[in-house]
Amino acid sequence: MPKITYIENSGNSHLIEVANGLSVMEGAVQNNIPGIDADCGGAMACATCHVYVKEEWFDKVPKKEEGEEDMLDMAYEPNKFSRLSCQMIVTDELDGLIVTMPEKQG
Amino acid sequence: MIKTDTLIIGAGPVGLFCVHQLGIIGLKCEVVDNLDKIGGQCIELYPDKPIYDIPAVPECTGEGLTNNLIEQIKAFKTNFHLDERVEEIKKVEKKWITKTNKGTEFESSSIIIAAGVGSFEPRKFPTKEIEKYEGKEILYSIRDKTVFKDKTVCIFGGGDSALDWAIELSNTSKVILVHRRDDFRGMQASVDKVNQLKEEGKIEVYTKYQLDSVQGKEKIENITIKHEDGTIKEIKTDYVLGFFGLIMQLGPIAEWGLNLDKKTVPVNTENFETNKEGIFAIGDICSYPGKLKLILSGFHEGALAARGCFKYAKPDEKYRFEFTTSSKTVKDRLGVKE
Repeated sequence: MPKITYIENSGNSHLIEVANGLSVMEGAVQNNIPGIDADCGGAMACATCHVYVKEEWFDKVPKKEEGEEDMLDMAYEPNKFSRLSCQMIVTDELDGLIVTMPEKQG
Repeated sequence: MIKTDTLIIGAGPVGLFCVHQLGIIGLKCEVVDNLDKIGGQCIELYPDKPIYDIPAVPECTGEGLTNNLIEQIKAFKTNFHLDERVEEIKKVEKKWITKTNKGTEFESSSIIIAAGVGSFEPRKFPTKEIEKYEGKEILYSIRDKTVFKDKTVCIFGGGDSALDWAIELSNTSKVILVHRRDDFRGMQASVDKVNQLKEEGKIEVYTKYQLDSVQGKEKIENITIKHEDGTIKEIKTDYVLGFFGLIMQLGPIAEWGLNLDKKTVPVNTENFETNKEGIFAIGDICSYPGKLKLILSGFHEGALAARGCFKYAKPDEKYRFEFTTSSKTVKDRLGVKE
């Protein structure tokens, strides 16, 4: 199973095995990783599952689809490595992915 | 004091259908919602997005679903208290007394919380030192636009609210529009208008910038904005407006003594009552093993919670199950003419 590293804003790091087909958000929520709220449940409607993708991974994750950038406008302190974790689906290619959570969600 | 059988907190789809379920079993209710319109997340987050998993409705939008639910409960002439947030609840003898931020008070024998993920509040600037200016020179909504006349106003955001206010205020104020990227998500006509005003020198536009810091004493004097590449720019402004949409906050619900699991309220699955007698939770806000955050699950939860409210409203009567297809009493309540 692909392994994903979730780093809290405080620096706390969690290495989690996430099954293919789940979203990076679901991987965090199902494993009680703090820092990802996902209020809307993955509908790309709230921007509270915002993460920063580690620079070297940013171009390897599938590109943003329509609407994600609009939602990121509302995220807390977005930057050019920002993504909504509900929109990144885990595959073998994402084994080793590293994401960092913002200071808070919204 | 408004007396009713059940107070519903939340006018989203689940709260609305619960009005129906209470109505057909003969219970009265009042509904409070912090948004200024009926529909909850369906209307605030995705009015135009199609929904495909409402039973027997192959496709509808958030707005369409809301309108149909409003139509379905028309006969009950329910009062909606919009733009009001429930602040406190307390139990006095066998009744729940509820108070809103506008001072409205309710007395009911039960409360149904159908509040989604809480109430919608404006998203704020992440910058640390803004708090002392919030509500004065840093604003997230506009009540009186005349205060900006002949002043400098710096507007942050890329959606319709930001664009519309930039256009509107540019008539009487110096407007500076700042957005974190080059694309604006507002309507194309508004984007074109802003670009035109920019050409004419009536609006200054900075993209790929975000708020970095705020300086001032009693009042704001300067702000700095930071470009994606790290460049910092200083701006002299009287007002700072942020339009970043709304976020859901659990808010006062967390202080009512209910058991909480993360941001949800655990309930039993027999009638969706919480740890507090007479307080029920349905829809996205409730949790139980196997919970699905689907509108259809919320409808089911509301149907059972409504029956759960019956014994509190009419302790001396026995609830009798009836079908809408065959019960004359139910049809009368629905205003069906035969």
